[in-house]
Amino acid sequence: MGKPKVAFYWCASCGGCEEAVVDLAEDILKVVEAVEFVFWPVAMDFKVKDVESLGDGEIAVSFINGAIRTGEQEHMAKLLRKKSGLVVAFGACAHIGGTPGLANFVNRKKIFDWVYFNAPSNDNPGKIIPQEKTKVEVGELTLPEFYDTVYTLDQVIDVDYYLPGCAPPPDLIMKAVEAILSGNLPEKGSVLAPDKALCDTCKRKTTKPERASIKEIRRVHEVMLDPERCFLDQGIICLGPATRDGCGERCINANMPCRGCFGSTSRIEDQGAKFLSALASIIDMNEEEEIKRIIDSIVDPAGIFYFYSLPASMLRRRLDI
Amino acid sequence: MCTGRIDPQFVLKAFQSGADGVLILGCHPGDCHYKEGNYKALRRFHLLKRMLKQFGVDEGRFRLDWVSASEGEKFVEVIRDMVATVKKLGPLMTDKEKLRVG
Repeated sequence: MGKPKVAFYWCASCGGCEEAVVDLAEDILKVVEAVEFVFWPVAMDFKVKDVESLGDGEIAVSFINGAIRTGEQEHMAKLLRKKSGLVVAFGACAHIGGTPGLANFVNRKKIFDWVYFNAPSNDNPGKIIPQEKTKVEVGELTLPEFYDTVYTLDQVIDVDYYLPGCAPPPDLIMKAVEAILSGNLPEKGSVLAPDKALCDTCKRKTTKPERASIKEIRRVHEVMLDPERCFLDQGIICLGPATRDGCGERCINANMPCRGCFGSTSRIEDQGAKFLSALASIIDMNEEEEIKRIIDSIVDPAGIFYFYSLPASMLRRRLDI
Repeated sequence: MCTGRIDPQFVLKAFQSGADGVLILGCHPGDCHYKEGNYKALRRFHLLKRMLKQFGVDEGRFRLDWVSASEGEKFVEVIRDMVATVKKLGPLMTDKEKLRVG
């Protein structure tokens, strides 16, 4: 029997997930030794027809990163699903929508208006915007449909496993690859990372406020950050309480608060709402006008609480547009 | 249940399930059996209301008020007012097809 076939594809993402594979360093040689890549547009020259020519389920595993924002991405996700035994949502965008998902606070029209007409650097006197179909001399040119809403991968296809993170850390990637190659896999639908909150293993845990203790909320550029003390105790928004552990605390170690790229633990349905709950409970103020003042000092609550998880949230998008 | 037990996820769940408005009624500040439950609710309420606005949910659809067990008249008043406000706003548009929800 030949080596297991593997595909790696990107949708609405930045390319950081592809970098994460390169970050495996020497370990990537073990992976290359063990598998056969049949599709990886970023790194190797394959065409869509190479995937189409494979039998259903012939690819052992497809790693798909990025959220779903266009018709082409949905088409490719569906094609890879059909051809694959396993599909792994790779990285925050495929898992919970990621930062591209913040576009769900607007819609296609608002995005196009800004990008093609109103952005200060634009010069578009002909008011030209991309069309899905354009007739030219030699025939018809097509572009994929740009959706109003950004979706997570599992809102579009059935997903077997999730590798969280922006981007997933090398140790979790290697563990996942080893589990897949050995067939030693957890229950379908599992997130391949520990199921506890980031605060649980955070080295600043001892200074985490147990009860209401903060009187002001500040942004990272407004204070000299204490490298030892819990961010929340310093009045800095840190999504640790509502975020899954397993990232290796790269941000915390760089003295930056958590933005929630691992999504929540399995016991939380809505990461942003859960964090909101935790934050409100540690604000040390019972006087209504003062509460409002403190809360109004948070510049963009929804944007920060759902930094990575808006498409996976309960409401999924802004509802009135 | 105590307003201090109201997880913001419950409110979102109600809107997600098709509620056009969510009304939380709790014991008056100072009357909390657990001392601080309603203050906690007050803080969560203001933060959640602000956040819901960013989701395009009108302020009138989400309200917190204090009504004790003996304030029958106020209870009726608050409910009537809430119903009138939500009726005026009409249904909250959650396009299930667009959102690909179940």
